[in-house]
Amino acid sequence: MFGLTDRSWLWIAATFYLAAFVLGTAALRRERSSTGAVYLIIAIGFLCQNAGLYIRGLAVGGCPLGNTFEIFQFTAWSAMVLYLVIGPAFRLSLLGYFTSMLAATLTAGSLAIPAWDATRRVGIFGGNAWIEFHAALALFSYGVFALLALTSIMFLLRNHSLKHKNLSGSFAFLPAIRDLDLIGLRLLGAGVVLMTAALAVGSVWWLRHPETVNLSKLLTTVAIWAAYGVVLSLRITGRLIAQRLSWACVVLFVLALLSLGPVNSSRNPLPTAGLEATP
Amino acid sequence: MSASSPTLFLLGASHRTTPLELREKLALTDEKMAAFHGRLSGLPGLREYAVLNTCNRVEFYGVAESYDAIERLQDEFCGFQGFAPEDFARIRKHVAGPDVIRHLLEVSSGLDSQILGENEIFGQVKDAYASAQQLGTVGPILNRVFQKAFQAAKHVRTETAITEGQISVANVAVDLALTIFGDLSSARVLLVGAGDIGEKTAKAFQSRGAGSLTVASRTLGRAMELATTFGATALPFEHVAVHLGQYDIVVCSTAAPHAVIRHDDVVAGMRKRPALPLFFIDLALPRDVEPAVAEFANVFLYNLDDLAKITEENRAARAAKVDHARLIISGKAEQLWRQVEPQCGGLYPAPIAPPLKPSEQV
Repeated sequence: MFGLTDRSWLWIAATFYLAAFVLGTAALRRERSSTGAVYLIIAIGFLCQNAGLYIRGLAVGGCPLGNTFEIFQFTAWSAMVLYLVIGPAFRLSLLGYFTSMLAATLTAGSLAIPAWDATRRVGIFGGNAWIEFHAALALFSYGVFALLALTSIMFLLRNHSLKHKNLSGSFAFLPAIRDLDLIGLRLLGAGVVLMTAALAVGSVWWLRHPETVNLSKLLTTVAIWAAYGVVLSLRITGRLIAQRLSWACVVLFVLALLSLGPVNSSRNPLPTAGLEATP
Repeated sequence: MSASSPTLFLLGASHRTTPLELREKLALTDEKMAAFHGRLSGLPGLREYAVLNTCNRVEFYGVAESYDAIERLQDEFCGFQGFAPEDFARIRKHVAGPDVIRHLLEVSSGLDSQILGENEIFGQVKDAYASAQQLGTVGPILNRVFQKAFQAAKHVRTETAITEGQISVANVAVDLALTIFGDLSSARVLLVGAGDIGEKTAKAFQSRGAGSLTVASRTLGRAMELATTFGATALPFEHVAVHLGQYDIVVCSTAAPHAVIRHDDVVAGMRKRPALPLFFIDLALPRDVEPAVAEFANVFLYNLDDLAKITEENRAARAAKVDHARLIISGKAEQLWRQVEPQCGGLYPAPIAPPLKPSEQV
């Protein structure tokens, strides 16, 4: 597309995400709001990321989820879809700023580590559309948990500012703590539902073909799903609230991200050199 | 500049020079205002005028053909209000030319307000202009001056953020509640005690759309009296601790010598609403709420000192923005003056107010 490779498009997208973050930081330092501009820059970055992932998808003949690089890109893409589509409905100031920070980290970080994209697994979906759907759904739930981690960080900052009576400067732009809690609860619920659906879809295949199941991947995924499920039930019953809940959501997301690499350890790796040149 | 061409002037008195008891005497009620307009309509030499009448100022913005016309306006006003002209001369603000524009911009931007940067004045200036338009007392010069002043005031407010940050304890408390709850329409507010500052705070919550208000006082009669005033519900004082969990915001201002909201009360209250925030505003001295309650998750406690500190920070932050605002206003005023000067620069820069006669000096 326009003579650019998939990685070139993804670099451009990462640059836009980074630009949105830098602009947001500058605006915060001047105690100004930059929601509109940040949204626009993120949207342009998102289009570029779409182009990159589309080229990659055409080259691999399916959803590009074959290595750690692609998984990080897809997670960032999922978080962006959520922010761009439902973010405005949340009316949360600074959500775009934090999302751009996360997306810049995930996309630029994964691009900067060539080893993550040196090889990719082939035939991971076994030609089965349901497994592809399962994988996409599972990673989309990671996107939801990414946004949840961001709103949790915002909650921690707002809580800190209220408890320490420091409400001026950048803290003034943070949303109300009750709004953050409500949105966090909705994201947690949505993430758990999506991940449950992903596991349910996947389980149909695994039960029929147990020999294809990567046990460590299955155990890790189920552990993350169970952990989020426990957090959700504790939140609903009022036993895990406020900053402890927020810390739990942040730590869980970091653990989920860290587990992506090992979980994705390939059994049938192929080099991706050919993909990089794909226009 | 020809001395025969009219001049843009401002004549009036504001909180800057006039104490409250004198402002009360100068204030024009709606009826008085209508009657006074009738008297001004035939005033010789007064081409255009608009009256800005608020609790902090009575100001006449006008275009006059001579000093005499301005003096006649002053005499007319003093006579109408039964105010001694020599007393008015001591407190009046009387400027002409670009200073009028600068002053109008400062007033519209909230720079000349008692509460620096407050928003209400902008609407009041707009109302004054609309009323003058309806009466047909403004012409080409004041039309241009007011319309440009509104644009400039909006620009100043956007560019300098002088309106940000509340600087009264009651409003700071409401702003804090907004940072906790976002929207107050479903917030249940409990006012414990009938202190003046507590009452003001409760009033501020009501005016900002709080969902419901309940009043508890050690004297049930007083609680009921206040509840009637606010259209609220009264709660017997001894029930406060038991029902604490039903409220989102608790404003305390009793004269009790000891804490009336104890750690154990909050423990019991939060059991009923663990995930919902509870905001205590302790305006009492000695304090009404045990400080230890602030350690609970989702419980936020602010006392008088905390609120005063935020108020002071806001005040300082606004003051820092004033210089920037004045710089913008100065540029805008100069620009606007250049546009209207050919039509109303007649008496400027000559002294606009003739010196008082020795007999008038106080």
